[in-house]
Amino acid sequence: MSFTSLIHAVIDGILTGGVYALMAAGLTLVFGVMDIINIAQGALVVLGAYMSYELSTKLGIDLFVGLLITVPAFFVLGVAMEWGLMRRLRDQDRTAMSILVTYAVAIIIEGVLSVTFGVDYVQLNASYVNSTFHILGFYLPYIYVFGFILAVVMLAALYYALYRTQFGRGVRASLQNRTAAELIGVNVSRVRAVSVGIGVSVTAAGGMLFGATNAFNPSSGYDLISRLLSIVVLAGLGSIGGALVAALFMVTLEDVVAVVWSPVWATLVYYASLVVVLSFMPNGLFGKAAVRAQ
Amino acid sequence: MKRSRSTWILRAAAVAAIAAFVAGCGGSSSSSASGGASSSAATSSTSSSSKAPITIGASLSLSGDFSADGQAFEKGYELWATDQNAAGGLLGRPVKMDIISDASSPAQVVTNYTKLISSDHDQLVFGPFSTLLTVPSSKVVNRYGYAFVEGAGGAPAAFGNGLHNIFDVSLPVIDNLVPFAHWLAGLPASERPATAAIATSNDPFTQPQLPEAQKILQAAGIKILYNKVFPAEVTDYAPIATSVAATKAQAFLLGSVDVPTVSAFIHAFIQQHYNPKAFIATAGPDQGAAFLSAIGGASNAEGIMVPNGWYPGYSNATSQKMVSEYVAKYGGSPSDVNADVAEAYSVGQIVAQAVNATHSLDNSKIIAYLHSGVTLQSVQGPVKFDSLGENGAAAAFAFQWQKGNLVQVLPIGATGSKPPEYPKPNWGS
Repeated sequence: MSFTSLIHAVIDGILTGGVYALMAAGLTLVFGVMDIINIAQGALVVLGAYMSYELSTKLGIDLFVGLLITVPAFFVLGVAMEWGLMRRLRDQDRTAMSILVTYAVAIIIEGVLSVTFGVDYVQLNASYVNSTFHILGFYLPYIYVFGFILAVVMLAALYYALYRTQFGRGVRASLQNRTAAELIGVNVSRVRAVSVGIGVSVTAAGGMLFGATNAFNPSSGYDLISRLLSIVVLAGLGSIGGALVAALFMVTLEDVVAVVWSPVWATLVYYASLVVVLSFMPNGLFGKAAVRAQ
Repeated sequence: MKRSRSTWILRAAAVAAIAAFVAGCGGSSSSSASGGASSSAATSSTSSSSKAPITIGASLSLSGDFSADGQAFEKGYELWATDQNAAGGLLGRPVKMDIISDASSPAQVVTNYTKLISSDHDQLVFGPFSTLLTVPSSKVVNRYGYAFVEGAGGAPAAFGNGLHNIFDVSLPVIDNLVPFAHWLAGLPASERPATAAIATSNDPFTQPQLPEAQKILQAAGIKILYNKVFPAEVTDYAPIATSVAATKAQAFLLGSVDVPTVSAFIHAFIQQHYNPKAFIATAGPDQGAAFLSAIGGASNAEGIMVPNGWYPGYSNATSQKMVSEYVAKYGGSPSDVNADVAEAYSVGQIVAQAVNATHSLDNSKIIAYLHSGVTLQSVQGPVKFDSLGENGAAAAFAFQWQKGNLVQVLPIGATGSKPPEYPKPNWGS
């Protein structure tokens, strides 16, 4: 193992971590706003990948331009999910029941995708998917660099909306005390619907990046969900910025272990790091209480 | 309070039930499109259709990680059942496939075979997809004394449990890479790669194949620069592929079980401007159009090799008939017929020959017959089981993508072999 390989692993980890952060952002936002653990997040990522695939192969729309269609479409889907399923869960057992309900949503999405597209693997293709640029002795793939930039921009926008705007204050007020928020004029139901819509719409972008960097089929979401959950748990459930930090940390650590030590140990170290951090920081790097108070 | 809680549990259960129904549509739709269980019985000849059908159970991965292979296997089983019924069925009775999904889960596959035998009372059972699922299911099938003929559980792990009922109709996987390794080792010194890299998933199908090839390569003086195992559930292949690319090894052997693994390595190699002179992957490139679609087209597949015991152009009359029937029934072209279909079809053929030879559905007689040393015929060629149940008569081939077609190239000089493209052309050419 050379020093160059180590640096390459760090670069790979940071760039790939950005993609994972984008996929995990929706998960952590929905939990932060609704106390709902969205097990369907992996399936939604795959759905986003298929939508980009359809726009790309059937209509010839560029993958990034296609986000102008898929992101709003996913916003509508998120609002519909909130209205049709999440809103109807009782506050007392919302978190526990959400696991069952969103698991059902995941199975529905997988079934519909299987019927529609079959089970053969596909991958998104564009000129920049395999293209690279050479810098300081390293070949950096455009798709990962573009993906990382997209992730940082979208997560920053999300953070700004939640913590620096009137809407964001409404969101956090409704989280801390629904009744008090309603008394001061916050339309809690609308705030929650919009928040889930935003969370799911971000997933459309994550899905496009996932589909451009991995071959996928309707079942691919299952491989993702455990990783995405571990990222948001490490981050501190509900923390947008934490999701980015946790994704970069965990994926980089995994990539470095794969190169320095062995790929077999990389996955174990990935999850072991989660256990170690939670042992000292039970609320994650950016715990829920702190997140909601920001 | 209690009432409200129950209501929500009921609503959640209803949503789950709808979900399960929709997911089931995914599987059954394919079954229906492929002729389904009922339709395969319905196509039986007039003489056999009036008798009670023989029900054959199988658990297949219609969803989950192995869903592409599982659904291809389903088509193979259904195609065989249709052909068998058209030929008069088994013992004058129509055959009916009873296929249920295990969602690629080693736990579910055990439950499924218990159900197929003890609850559904299927007279015969066929194997699932992959060694991973064959190993646990073979034990439960053995408990009921059923013959367990399968087509995709050829790794040593499937034959090390002292079971007498398991029979694999396909090539033992440990020999898969031997023709490729011998070919590389036998190249003139000036052409032979000086270095090689090996990476394999820790799957029971892939891992046993690499050490055999490695021994042959090292004996020929080829230096192994990278040799690592990665977990089957890895989702980020970039660091592994980048490490391989950094070695600049002239040959690369990949122990893969599916298309995404091979696709990830290919994309990473293209991005890192690394093009080995020889590239073979144990599975993935045999998936026809699905493989080409995932890696960005035929130009990226040019020169990539895959070992196997069968391919759509295999010069065997029953194989060619099966391929044309498949294309007529499911559409596409012959290159879209992957080896899973032939492996599944072969299972049906071997069981049918055993049933006809013993004039019985008695599984103990079928097991004894299959262990008798008799040579049987399948679309994959001759089948002769050794004492463990492995097919000692199977021939190992290697296939290569050449100008958009998967063609047989190894062993050199074998019937149907074309000259291998070596060195592999650059990506996209």
